[in-house]
Amino acid sequence: MEVNSAAVIAMENLGYSMAKKPLLSGVSLEVNAGECVAVIGPNGAGKSTLFRLLSGEWNSSEGNIKFNGRSLVDWPVEDLARVRAVMPQSSSLSFPFYVEEVVLMGRMPHNTGREQDLKIVQEVMAQCDVQHLSRRLYPSLSGGERQRVQLARVLAQIWQPVETGKRLLLLDEPTSALDLSHQIALMQAVKQVCAADVAVLVIVHDLNLAARFADRLMVLHQGKVAAQGTAEQVVQPEMIKQVFQVQARVMKHPDYDCPLVVS
Amino acid sequence: MFHAHPKLLIAILAALMVVAGLYSISSGTVNIPLADLLRVLTQPDSSSGAYDLVVWKIRLPRVVLTIVVGASLALSGAMVQGLFRNPLADPSLIGVSGGAAVGAAVAIVLGGSWQLVEASWAVPFMAFVGGASVTLLVYRLGVSPMGTSVATMLLAGVAINAMTSACISYLATVAEDVRLRNLVFWLMGSFNVSSWQKVVWVAPFTVFALLMIFKVWKGLNALLLGESEARHLGIEVEKLRLWVVITSALAVGVSVAAVGVVGFVGLVVPHVIRLLIGPDHRWLLPASALLGAALLCVADLAARTWLEPKELPIGVLTAVLGAPFFLFLVSQRRRGQLYGS
Repeated sequence: MEVNSAAVIAMENLGYSMAKKPLLSGVSLEVNAGECVAVIGPNGAGKSTLFRLLSGEWNSSEGNIKFNGRSLVDWPVEDLARVRAVMPQSSSLSFPFYVEEVVLMGRMPHNTGREQDLKIVQEVMAQCDVQHLSRRLYPSLSGGERQRVQLARVLAQIWQPVETGKRLLLLDEPTSALDLSHQIALMQAVKQVCAADVAVLVIVHDLNLAARFADRLMVLHQGKVAAQGTAEQVVQPEMIKQVFQVQARVMKHPDYDCPLVVS
Repeated sequence: MFHAHPKLLIAILAALMVVAGLYSISSGTVNIPLADLLRVLTQPDSSSGAYDLVVWKIRLPRVVLTIVVGASLALSGAMVQGLFRNPLADPSLIGVSGGAAVGAAVAIVLGGSWQLVEASWAVPFMAFVGGASVTLLVYRLGVSPMGTSVATMLLAGVAINAMTSACISYLATVAEDVRLRNLVFWLMGSFNVSSWQKVVWVAPFTVFALLMIFKVWKGLNALLLGESEARHLGIEVEKLRLWVVITSALAVGVSVAAVGVVGFVGLVVPHVIRLLIGPDHRWLLPASALLGAALLCVADLAARTWLEPKELPIGVLTAVLGAPFFLFLVSQRRRGQLYGS
């Protein structure tokens, strides 16, 4: 793959092994500003490994990751926090913060002043449909509500463009605890942020959700890239048979211009 | 707009601390009327009455020592709980105070003295080393990227506390005569051997811990979200951890070296503050310091006046109040009503 210097994040031949067993190998992917890329694959395909490498939690054993043209490991944590937000699968917050306090923490890396920060908090809470929860204590929320609050927090972190680089949003299964309407609402919120020149990489389980909202898809299977491209290119019965071991039919979505998997 | 008026609470707690301090100075075998007390305090040279001696040589250093020790213990408790992301992580329960006590005991037996000024840096330094080692050990054992295992943390504390009391008993057995007397003095030593020298030893570390609030409050808030979440918010977690461990071990260690182990202050005080104004460390930390100071001041007053002329060790008093409170917290946790997993 050609290295595009404009890519916000560029992985080249990325690999990771644990105890000599490769968990991930040969992953090359670029995500541009304004683009939403979904990573799909069955359990144990290496999605979480990829996410840990991208979020800097683990260091890759092969290949490299460039973020805004600079090697990811060379970014100081503080600078990184202003241009990149990461939403992990689950959060262990158990202290009784108010929801709006949790969202406000997303503004921690910035020095934009309290007034501005509170304004941003209101905007992202509206975007994530959690305004009505603002005076609730975080530990009292349901799993789905917590997930939306965490999204609001990471959106607050990258809400405004900054001069030091193009923004990136990493999401690890952000819809896992959401009901259907909130799954769609969350992906729509993510797409809106994406449209504001943010690069988005999201791990999702639901093929149809990925096909409908992502600009491009990458399929991981046994630690390797099984397919990569637009939804039409990637979501094929053969791929689903080979990767997910499921006999499925793919048809055109009646309302949207994307494939629909029926299993 | 957030949890009820933290600034107001801090003002109230500061006033409470001053009132408790003044009341404690005026009470005792000799009761000093408030007017006389204020005169003695504001014009120390004007009269050479009996009150002068009682206030300046005996009660004031004692009250100031309770204030700096109380503030240190409560502040350290709040910081350590933030680091462990758990409200049950009290320095005395997880063995930090015990580790500090062993450090201090080693220093005393090997040549220090319970009088800090004679022991130079040895006793408080060794107490710091003991406290810091235990904090790091328990952290290693109990905290993983997935969160804190409360069971591991508390069980490690049980084992460490058993080990530290065994160490101290051993030291008491092998110590030579003079050293043994020093050790026993220190072990029993509550605030009844307060002196300005001790205040001068402890106070700088209390001030240091208070100043560290500015450095760690943001990071500790972020850390409550989780370790990697804090990192993604731009917090250098390793540095933060190091600062918290050093600060709390210094504050706890020096307090233990000065007055022995006083338990439960670091558990009860931050919990009460969190109920009042929430877990935001920006306010939790200073408010805990103030309430800890006021509480220990009152506890010490009770310890020395309750069974007059006998004096209760203050550790007995804080344990009698704190242990049931701890059991209450544990029972809440069992019913899933208390935060912390």
